[in-house]
Amino acid sequence: MIGLNHYLLLSSILFGIGIYGVFSKRSAVAILMSIELMLNAVNINFVAINRFIHPGNTIGQLFAIFVIVVAAAEVSVGLALIISIYRQKKSVNLSDFNIMKW
Amino acid sequence: MSITVNDVVFVCVSGVTVLSALGVVFSRNIIHSALALILAFLGVAVTFFQLGAGFIGLVQILVYAGAISVLIIFAVMLVMNVDAARTNKANPNGWTFIWGTLLALVIIAVLGTTIMYSDLVPALGELPVADAVGALAGLMLGNYVVAFEAAAILLLVAVVGAIILARGVEEK
Repeated sequence: MIGLNHYLLLSSILFGIGIYGVFSKRSAVAILMSIELMLNAVNINFVAINRFIHPGNTIGQLFAIFVIVVAAAEVSVGLALIISIYRQKKSVNLSDFNIMKW
Repeated sequence: MSITVNDVVFVCVSGVTVLSALGVVFSRNIIHSALALILAFLGVAVTFFQLGAGFIGLVQILVYAGAISVLIIFAVMLVMNVDAARTNKANPNGWTFIWGTLLALVIIAVLGTTIMYSDLVPALGELPVADAVGALAGLMLGNYVVAFEAAAILLLVAVVGAIILARGVEEK
């Protein structure tokens, strides 16, 4: 039987893959993708715990919606920043993004 | 203790989700990464449907698999100036690879053993709320109306900020 712990296990595996991507990637777009994976893992946790612990209300789903809203805002601003920096640096490698380092 | 259709679907879908997440991280071509990311988003959406959260699943398909993926693919196309097969290389600094692998393995191992050996609710209890959309609307315009308005303002500011950032400054 699939229980709560299987959903939590799936979510922690996705979160770990996302953390690996954030650490080991060079392209800024790939790091944004890994962050999206981690946010998805958090959403699975919210919805699964809502379903198994408190099936009578939908507060976990509400927080998942808020996470989706924040993720959409984050990815749009992040990609705009990447495009804006690319215009100056002609590169999306994070090691070239040191224009604010003094 | 019998295996139901739901269990088989869960195992298949979570396997596809984890495999495509690994594809996002390990693919050498960033366009393949973006396409694998869409598959991972769809797998998570199916997981939401299985949990009885149909509305969240639909929002996941619309927002993540629809909008965010298109945004990411557009950004990839705009900023790609080298051969596509070399666009998603690992960081040349070897320490980031070692730290990333270590941290990911530690998180998966620690969380996994804790989850598997803890005394969680074993199976589904009663059925979820039938009218989930109505309940969500009641919460959004009731107890959580401040957070709802803050999310609306956040989206507006993010759209305006993204336009200003992506347009850039005019050359004098």
